[in-house]
Amino acid sequence: MSRIYEAFTHGKAFIPFITCGDPDLHTTAEAVQAMSEAGADLIELGIPFSDPTAEGPVIQAANVRALSGGATTDKIFDMVCELRETVTVPMVFMTYANVVFSYGTERFVSRAAEIGMDGLILPDVPFEEKAEFVSDKLDLISLIAPTSGERIAAIAREARGFVYCVSSLGVTGIRGAITTDIGGMVSLVRAANPGIPCAVGFGISTPEQAAAMARHADGVIVGSAIVKRMGQYGRGAVPYVREYVAEMKAALR
Amino acid sequence: MSKGRFGIHGGQYMPETLMNAVIELEAAYEAYKNDPGFNAELDALFQDYAGRPSRLYYAGRVTEDLGGAKVYLKREDLNHTGAHKINNVLGQALLAKKMGKTRLIAETGAGQHGVATATAAALFGMECVVFMGEEDTRRQALNVYKMRLLGAEVVPVRTGTATLKDAVSEAMREWTSRVSDTHYCLGSVMGPHPFPTIVRDFQAVISREIKAQLMEKEGRLPDVVIACVGGGSNAIGAFYHFIDCPTVRLIGCEAAGRGVHTPDTAATIATGRLGIFHGMKSYFCQDDYGQIAPVYSISAGLDYPGIGPEHAHLYDTGRAEYVPVTDEEAVNAFEYLSRKEGIIPALESAHALAHALKLAPTMNKEQIIVVNLSGRGDKDCAAVARYRGEELSE
Repeated sequence: MSRIYEAFTHGKAFIPFITCGDPDLHTTAEAVQAMSEAGADLIELGIPFSDPTAEGPVIQAANVRALSGGATTDKIFDMVCELRETVTVPMVFMTYANVVFSYGTERFVSRAAEIGMDGLILPDVPFEEKAEFVSDKLDLISLIAPTSGERIAAIAREARGFVYCVSSLGVTGIRGAITTDIGGMVSLVRAANPGIPCAVGFGISTPEQAAAMARHADGVIVGSAIVKRMGQYGRGAVPYVREYVAEMKAALR
Repeated sequence: MSKGRFGIHGGQYMPETLMNAVIELEAAYEAYKNDPGFNAELDALFQDYAGRPSRLYYAGRVTEDLGGAKVYLKREDLNHTGAHKINNVLGQALLAKKMGKTRLIAETGAGQHGVATATAAALFGMECVVFMGEEDTRRQALNVYKMRLLGAEVVPVRTGTATLKDAVSEAMREWTSRVSDTHYCLGSVMGPHPFPTIVRDFQAVISREIKAQLMEKEGRLPDVVIACVGGGSNAIGAFYHFIDCPTVRLIGCEAAGRGVHTPDTAATIATGRLGIFHGMKSYFCQDDYGQIAPVYSISAGLDYPGIGPEHAHLYDTGRAEYVPVTDEEAVNAFEYLSRKEGIIPALESAHALAHALKLAPTMNKEQIIVVNLSGRGDKDCAAVARYRGEELSE
């Protein structure tokens, strides 16, 4: 059982996402610290990629800002290594297959585990391709989507850490309404793997949406709403992010 | 190893949201590819609509001038819409229609695949949206107009480098948001399985015809087949039926841009590394951390940082060779063929021709080179004029 499991032991989990290096790694480190203090149960750290095909415009722009600010995989590892001296909340990396593959998958996974990361999310690696990224050192998080249907059982059976339930079709981004039958997706996961926590992401931004999703799932993932604040306030974004995370966590209590 | 592998390359590195769509596409393709009714319909479209078979033309003046091997041109430029792209598009549009899809989306670089997709959508009465890098919409304004004239919506893509790779990314994003009525009509032998196989099979008509036509004219196989390679669909089409003929050299010409030792290049085999992007494992131009490189070529159709997985495998096994060709060499070949044979080739195809111009004089007069003239060059006249310091206006 990995440390990710702990994230789901304090009621419904709130899982914020942030793109590392947006606008610089110092700000990222401060934001992670603040989110952890404000009640985040698990934090997703995005390693920027030049061509993030699963992202909507808000997170695409953050990737551009981070890369033009000079963020690299190695510098992000160094930042996490320092952060781990004070931050104990479980953390997972979210990036794209090529970032991991080009670093050397084994080397990436070992280094990430060594600096205290707990899992890895790769939105362009489906069930069929996961074998080359699976390891004992880092939980590879499985995603299920509204289109997954009969695939859910097989995915859930082999899932590690938690199951990332993609709430809507399309890419990441803030949505007015989520119409997918999340409860249905979650019960298919539970039927196949009763022990695995389910967290819902894509499109969630308000405390009301978070509370509604948490009625069906064990946790709620929010990316674009946080990254939007980073884009808006840059180096001054940390207090706004802290306040937002506290508000969202309160909605889940 | 997952499905759709060519050696270590290929696979299905796609978001979960699209997995059932690619599985459904594979099942439909498997059901229809050997269906006599489907193939009769496609053959009729190839003949009566696209104008196939395309001609295999003996370029006598070029051959005489070079003084070596005989040069034949496979005239894909004579197809309806002016390029090989129509072969794949008619196949995929027919398949999409059989699958009950009512909407086609596509990416385009030079605009040839976008125009071909818009054409097929008009023919089949389907809705059509084409994603095109904003930079390319400027370079290829005429093709943008053609697509709109054909009833398609053209969406300029402003993300990243605003060229072909960003158009592919945006088309993939659109497909994840609307998958039930929409088929992604991918334009090259790339992306996740089953696209590299489907596109290859529809383009393989090129080498099937070359083989038969050359047998009729010369009674033998060619010594060399040359084609340009971006993603690699015209090249795999020209190579496919010769892969099992070991005496036939297969040469793919990549866009070197301003040279493979400059950052302004799109030569993937010459400068790329193994990676995973746009649904496939293959070679990609990228930095040390796997960030995809901004690539450059004068030719919008070759301006892509990757290469199809089957080409990557043909390179690994040594069955095909891949050579870089610069902007300068391609433009020279573009002008040369225009003057020598009265044929204006697409800048993409001019890359293949440029290599033939180097190779033919080193071969003897009994030997035969076939150059796949993948498209016509009307669309490139303004770019070449600009390259030579002349601004054209209507």
